[in-house]
Amino acid sequence: MSLFWLILIVLAIAVVGYVLGRARAMSSAGGERSALHSLPSYYGANVAMKAAVPAFLFLIVWLLAQPFYVNSEISAMIPDSAISEGSSRGLVLAEVRRAARGLDNAVASDAITEDFARNARADFNDITARLKEAGQIVTSDITQPVLRAAQRYRVLTAAGNLYMTIAVILVAIVGALWALRETNAQFRARNTVEKGVQAILIAAASIAILTTIGIVLSLVFNTIEFFKLYPAADFFFGVTWSPSFSGRGGSSELGIIPLLWGTFYISFVALAVAVPVGLFAAIYLSEYAGPRVRAVAKPLLEILAGIPTIVYGLFALLTVGPLLLSAFGDNGFGIMKAGTAVMTAGLVMGIMLIPFVSSLSDDIINAVPQAMRDGSYGLGATKSETVKKVILPAALPGIVGAILLAASRAIGETMIVVLGAGAAARLSLNPFEAMTTVTAKIVSQLTGDADFASPVALVAFALGMTLFVVTLGLNIVALYIVRKYREQYD
Amino acid sequence: MNEMANIEQAIEMTESKISANKVQVYYGDTHAIKDVDIEIQPRSVTSFIGPSGCGKSTFLRTINRMNDTIDICRVEGSIRIDGEDIYDPKVDPVQLRAKVGMVFQKPNPFPKSIYDNIAYGPRIHGLARNKAELDDIVSSSLQKAGLWEEVKNRLDEPGTGMSGGQQQRLCIARAIAVSPEVILMDEPCSALDPIATAKVEELIDELRENFTIVIVTHSMQQAARVSQRTAFFHLGILVEEGSTQDIFTNPKDKRTQDYITGRFG
Repeated sequence: MSLFWLILIVLAIAVVGYVLGRARAMSSAGGERSALHSLPSYYGANVAMKAAVPAFLFLIVWLLAQPFYVNSEISAMIPDSAISEGSSRGLVLAEVRRAARGLDNAVASDAITEDFARNARADFNDITARLKEAGQIVTSDITQPVLRAAQRYRVLTAAGNLYMTIAVILVAIVGALWALRETNAQFRARNTVEKGVQAILIAAASIAILTTIGIVLSLVFNTIEFFKLYPAADFFFGVTWSPSFSGRGGSSELGIIPLLWGTFYISFVALAVAVPVGLFAAIYLSEYAGPRVRAVAKPLLEILAGIPTIVYGLFALLTVGPLLLSAFGDNGFGIMKAGTAVMTAGLVMGIMLIPFVSSLSDDIINAVPQAMRDGSYGLGATKSETVKKVILPAALPGIVGAILLAASRAIGETMIVVLGAGAAARLSLNPFEAMTTVTAKIVSQLTGDADFASPVALVAFALGMTLFVVTLGLNIVALYIVRKYREQYD
Repeated sequence: MNEMANIEQAIEMTESKISANKVQVYYGDTHAIKDVDIEIQPRSVTSFIGPSGCGKSTFLRTINRMNDTIDICRVEGSIRIDGEDIYDPKVDPVQLRAKVGMVFQKPNPFPKSIYDNIAYGPRIHGLARNKAELDDIVSSSLQKAGLWEEVKNRLDEPGTGMSGGQQQRLCIARAIAVSPEVILMDEPCSALDPIATAKVEELIDELRENFTIVIVTHSMQQAARVSQRTAFFHLGILVEEGSTQDIFTNPKDKRTQDYITGRFG
């Protein structure tokens, strides 16, 4: 039975529980609504909640735990001799899973019988060929240990799924019965449901946090893996970036410095565009513009924020690049060789960040109390004097925070760089030369068909980790500054 | 006889610092101030009293054209300071506000040092030619506001770190620093405790020697304590204006009497 049906069954139990719970409460009160502690729907909701929530929790835990158990079982079945030179247990296990899936699909499409799938031997039946005939993707020849493990994998998974279905339905029914048993007129269903709602909200918050932790951990482990293959000092202080995809990346030079330089250079150009324009736009909108202008201009400016970055990338590639080339290229100043350059990507990224800076700054400027403006106007200051000497200094910490948030977006931006800045990792001061950033290189490291165990692919995780630490640091500083600023007027 | 009255009126006209004539204020479609005529004497304290929403603050803000910063606000009639119509198109409202200072309901020091708060006005108006002159303006303004002894050793600390009463006196000192002729105070003590209020009232009484002061207050006792003349506003109309003693002991209008005896407001 598929997961979909299992979920539907649990939900059906919950709905039935709702109806029964409501009815039971009503009957225990003798049909008298006012004799109940809570509204009748709360009794129903209590039963539905106690049926569905534990069942789903149980289901999630089972789904997470089962692969671990199955993996450890089949991992034990594979002798060290079956792991060939240069491979790893993880790769063999992936092969096992691929074979098992191939068998499943082949059985489903009637290419082989269930019996054959269970008992075939790789050394007698040409299982690899049979699977290929059935249209399954098989990367290498399936050896006997792998096939045995794949067969065991299928059995364990099938049994696990069956037990899981039974157990989950049982949990749902037991939960519903338990809740029905405690249902009577005095039962405080309202308070119980309140606690349940709280638990669900906490669960939602924890999922967000746990996911973050999971992502960070996966980055950390893969980064550690990378540093086992490639010295950390060469990575952090190397000034050459030339990954070699042949020969398992043995002769690669993977220094992050040119990438970081490109990242910061492009971000710097972007901020040099976005900060003045965005800030001045925010000052105009919040201090000078009348309500009518504001009502039109602010949404228009925010449309910029809704444009997908790939569109900005196209704009960089097709419009800004050629435009800059005609001015600074061979027919102009002669310092630009191609349309893709730091300046192209930086300018377009700056345009992308304008609404980001302006709407954050606008909020911050509006948070400066009117009393400050009144005080300044009351002393005979003009608008621009008030903005320059009172509002901006008062809003400065918040604006710095906004700029740092914009910077961390610029650093993490990928598409505009891929299309606008080129792919050459280079250490140069000329903003009209092509350079590349950390994010763009992560894309190119992983989009090739590189082996995931090689340093040229794993370096993506180290790059990602570095980027993460940099933007996290920026965000923390930004949030700290913004918070400190907030305390000032409370 | 008629001529006599005219001459008397003319004398009064020249004597008064501020004279308002048929002032109307509209907020969009709302007629907030109706037909207000008032003469305000120089070097004295005039208080505006009245229930909430009666228009006393609105009228106060027309005297230094602070209402100009509100888009939907419109003023008609004439207000003259020293005989000059401040709503004349030739008048620069920014210059006017240097001459007619204002202190607000809630103390609003800038988030700068005490020194920079006081120096703010003199700097934008270029009143000091050098640092020494600016120092003089700052210290004399703080002295006039009775704050010098309390803050002379911490001029570089933020103005926002002081107590509420000190902040309000700092705001008064900040207004004095541009040497205005008139100081408008919009309920300057409503956010202060009684002791701080007493200090500010004492200060207002001292400032009377050099400035023309108009104060809006919710507290009738305060009006009685600090002002020489009192004007009672009700529903956008100036009901009665006269010497403070007359208003509180012998009001001519029934509405004034009802208000000061606590029957409404």
